[in-house]
Amino acid sequence: MNAIHLHYEVDGTDFTRAGEASAAVKKALRQLGVKPDVIRKVAIALYEGEINMVIHAEGGYIDVSIDEKAISMALCDHGKGIENIDLAMKEGYSTAPDEVRSLGFGAGMGLPNMKKNTDEMRIESTVGVGTNVYMTVYL
Amino acid sequence: MTGNDIRSILSCKVFAGEDLLSREVHTACGSDMMSDVLAYVKDQSILLTGLVNAQVIRTADMMDMLCIVFVRGKEPSEEMIELANERGISLMSTEHRMFTACGLLWENGLRGGNND
Repeated sequence: MNAIHLHYEVDGTDFTRAGEASAAVKKALRQLGVKPDVIRKVAIALYEGEINMVIHAEGGYIDVSIDEKAISMALCDHGKGIENIDLAMKEGYSTAPDEVRSLGFGAGMGLPNMKKNTDEMRIESTVGVGTNVYMTVYL
Repeated sequence: MTGNDIRSILSCKVFAGEDLLSREVHTACGSDMMSDVLAYVKDQSILLTGLVNAQVIRTADMMDMLCIVFVRGKEPSEEMIELANERGISLMSTEHRMFTACGLLWENGLRGGNND
């Protein structure tokens, strides 16, 4: 199969719309006949990432590529960046404000959960410049 | 157990997906933290929650859940109902509090799904 590329802009100003890109990817994967357990992993990882982009970085964009071997995702933002990536990867560590917790997020589970649901994950972040998260799930 | 059974056990008011309540449900989870739902839920098909916002519907959609029950009489907004209809998720509301709602479902045979 030829590689398929999907691109989504993530609006960082509207929390209620966070997750639309993930839902669109999920639908596309279902139409491509990808196995349900793989779709679930990709959907969870992308949704967590999308929520992070809205909570911490005022939005950004998501690129997804699908070929016969893997689903590759890149989540890029121009937010404030992550100071200490090792600390951010710890379960329970969060810099999200209380108002985010009252919305049901910000428990410090997002990044660890993204790692758990993907085969490869790499974070590049520069404070004051932005963050790129690259994730791969093998088919 | 079906969505209709849950509706009657918890005396629910239905807001979306009434025609989908005949679907069979096997396990449930109760949480106000969507972060925890995304991190710990496996194949539970019902979510009981006291949180009312669009991300509850989106989280349930990502986890392939069939039905959301809002506890303590909380009601979804029009926007949430529209989103749930779009995603094929049933929305209901019960006057029971979280502990009681979960207890009633347990008593009637519904389980949490993690070896219990």
